Amino acid sequence: MDFDLMLRVYPFFLKAALVTLELSVLTTALGLGCGALGAAARLSRSTVLRALGASYVSVFRGTPALIQIFILYFGGPQIGIQLDAFGAGVIGLGVNIGAYMTETIRGAIIAVDRGQTEAARTLGLSRSETMRKVILPQAARLMIRPLGVNINALIKGTALVAAISVVELTYTAQRYIGSTYKPFEMFFLAGVIYMVIIYVTGLGVNWLDRRARIT
Amino acid sequence: MGLDFTIVPSYFTLLLIGSGWTIAITAAAAVLSFVAGILLAVIALYGPALLRYPFRLFAWLFMGTPLLLQLFLIYFGLIQIGIDLPAFVAGVIGLGLHFAVYNSDIIQAGIVAVDRGQYEGARTLGLSRVQTIARIVVPQAVRSVIPPIGNNMIALLKDSALVSVIGVTELTLTAQLAISKTFHPFEFYLAAAACYYLINLVLEAGLRHIERRIQLAR
Repeated sequence: MDFDLMLRVYPFFLKAALVTLELSVLTTALGLGCGALGAAARLSRSTVLRALGASYVSVFRGTPALIQIFILYFGGPQIGIQLDAFGAGVIGLGVNIGAYMTETIRGAIIAVDRGQTEAARTLGLSRSETMRKVILPQAARLMIRPLGVNINALIKGTALVAAISVVELTYTAQRYIGSTYKPFEMFFLAGVIYMVIIYVTGLGVNWLDRRARIT
Repeated sequence: MGLDFTIVPSYFTLLLIGSGWTIAITAAAAVLSFVAGILLAVIALYGPALLRYPFRLFAWLFMGTPLLLQLFLIYFGLIQIGIDLPAFVAGVIGLGLHFAVYNSDIIQAGIVAVDRGQYEGARTLGLSRVQTIARIVVPQAVRSVIPPIGNNMIALLKDSALVSVIGVTELTLTAQLAISKTFHPFEFYLAAAACYYLINLVLEAGLRHIERRIQLAR
């Protein structure tokens, strides 16, 4: 292990880690948005919306995220969508993880006891009131942990955008491997940073989960 | 540059060969991840501390870092210590070990869930510790965790697209080859996505079939 080299290059890795963080935060936000819409569509009374939601999940979970990002970034200009690599990365990853989050959110909503809906409806709450005031608050607690698993996968997934040259952590590691021929050192640096990000995120999810349980 | 899907059929054979390699690398990595997953699970539960802790570190490393980075390490990193693997082999090892760690987690849960009486019964009948684990406990555990392992295999199929980055000529890279000749990325990546989707459907149907058979056998 060449520690001198690692000390020299680690500031560049930290800067790249900020890009990875930024990607992770934006992708999580977009993914949650897509997931909420997808779950609403899959649980709606309209057959068309249900079919749309189901095909969204099936197509985006059934093909590799890498290909989806490539279609958007390289194929986008052919159908009039011009995005820079970062934008394509966020949208590609976000819509992809959104399909997984759709299933997570839908699963949590379904998991709320059916008696809750029946009781709320019997007490005179409308369908939408029942959903907003009775079901969703309970489902929200159930979905924290599985959404945490989705976010964990998403953080590691941000490495994919290295393939479209977004200068994030993996791309930086790759570039320094190319110029220094020290793959182990570069992998170690990038790996440690990823693990710290994932560990801290995990702590945050645990904290949220504990708080949601107490109330 | 508009869309022109009529150019796709002339590259049909190329995409078919790419699909073949995707299936090959997925199958090879699946077998490796399954066997190594069982080994890792047995070591994590029954191994001596001297083995257990390094394996826990190994699992922690593989779960906490991106697969893409691991592939780079195996393909480019091992050259540094004098091991020059062909891209296909590096891809199989990288994908296989990555998913072995996830499989091991699931199999461990399966082993713990096997009734303790099975172990005690087998030992009472005179089977050795190793025989009991290998012939009585693990087969029952593996059978009970086939569905979640199947989900991992579906994820493995999709993640096999990553090995295109280290130069394995599978589906994604063959699509890229066609694109470099025609400059029509949208059509060919969409065609590749369709191929993945089809392979995925077949894989899912196969897994459902296996699950049904296991349930019948029980």
